Amino acid sequence: MDAVLTNFANGDILAITWRPLLAGLAQTMLLSLLVIPLGAIAGLLIAALFVVSAGLARVLLMVWIDFFRAFPPLVLLIYLYFGAPLLGYEISAYAAIAVSFTLNTSSYFAEIFRAGIEGVPRGQWHAARATGMSWLQSFFVIVLPQGTRAVLPDLLSNIITITQLTALASVVSVPELLHTAQLAQATSYNVTPIIAAAVIYLALLWPLVRLMSHLDARRYSTKLSAAATQRRRRQETADE
Amino acid sequence: MGRFVDQFINPVIWARYWDEMLGAIGLTVQLTLLVLLTGLLLGLVLGLIRVAVPPLFRIPIVIFADVFRAIPPLVILVVNYFALPFAGIRLSGFDCAWLGLCLVLAAFTEEIIYGGLRAVGKGQWEAARSTGLGSVTTLMLIVFPQALRMTVAPLTNRTIAIAKNTALGSVIAVPEILNIAMSALSNSANSTPLTMAALFYIVLFAPLIVFSRWIEHRFPQRG
Repeated sequence: MDAVLTNFANGDILAITWRPLLAGLAQTMLLSLLVIPLGAIAGLLIAALFVVSAGLARVLLMVWIDFFRAFPPLVLLIYLYFGAPLLGYEISAYAAIAVSFTLNTSSYFAEIFRAGIEGVPRGQWHAARATGMSWLQSFFVIVLPQGTRAVLPDLLSNIITITQLTALASVVSVPELLHTAQLAQATSYNVTPIIAAAVIYLALLWPLVRLMSHLDARRYSTKLSAAATQRRRRQETADE
Repeated sequence: MGRFVDQFINPVIWARYWDEMLGAIGLTVQLTLLVLLTGLLLGLVLGLIRVAVPPLFRIPIVIFADVFRAIPPLVILVVNYFALPFAGIRLSGFDCAWLGLCLVLAAFTEEIIYGGLRAVGKGQWEAARSTGLGSVTTLMLIVFPQALRMTVAPLTNRTIAIAKNTALGSVIAVPEILNIAMSALSNSANSTPLTMAALFYIVLFAPLIVFSRWIEHRFPQRG
């Protein structure tokens, strides 16, 4: 038991490393707060373009989305970060992260928003336009809020994934939580900092993961009750 | 333009690393298949167990699923690689990546399968039991197939997302596509190996993404 504590939860090591670890956590949260809005706004834009486009433009947008969903974000990040200087462009680690993660996460956001928007009945559009609203007003005031509500669990799931994604920044030496922990481990020859980092990630994301399960369960049950209501109505109509 | 071609799609560099990169593809495919097979199977079994056992026994499964859904996959791989040896468990980088990604996939699969099983109406259970089917038979023949239809779309998406994480193995010295490409990059001071890596990943995963679109269309989650 003593050996376990010394190796994995060493108090002396924690006493030295908790400050840098907290600074790392702050970086992780900062990165998330940078990347999540960037990805969401770009994704919403792509989804809106998808809704208004037709024919070839629509196919090209879909190819764009699928291309960046198939491209592992770590590969994209390294390609930008190590590739750009060879062309003569110095790129900071933060810029490389912002660009590569936005390309990756906006594709997922776009798919989620698109599904939500397409789920809103056409009548909502027509009704909004009939009251004199412009297309943009109808989109932002009437359609988007309804569409977003339907895909809330997916949005939350994507936000969790993006927060986890920020750990990849350690590969390009951004001092976020994982990178700080790895440095502390290398200097102390003890894995306590890495275990501590894992525990911090867990504490940060566990509430969100619970919330995601809760929303998913509710979505399943509303879907079921909606289906049941529909069946009952059909039955009643048949009885009449 | 000439500089770009020279740095990013240099035919000489391409030819030099082609064989090595092909070997790395083989390893990536192998790792991906192992992760998919074991992760999906483990998650499936855990999801079925969670429905079948009394609430108290569900707690360990819930904790497992929550932990491996909350901690970033890269952190799990790093913990496996650097911490397990201190517990007397020495695994190769490949095995660390396999184990870590398998557990992450199992956690998500369990949660999705359990959600699907719960969503199948109580009436289905009661109807099946009243025809004389046992509870295990009811679960496997009546409830599970219906749950699978509901869950196949989210399960496919999640599986592809986790399969893409094999690239994370490069961080713990697994000689997969990205790892080989990065050492080739530092040896040749040329980005062509990374272009090759990117193309290989696109070729491997784009068909899966298209397949997932078809699945979503074929088995819509709604309704």
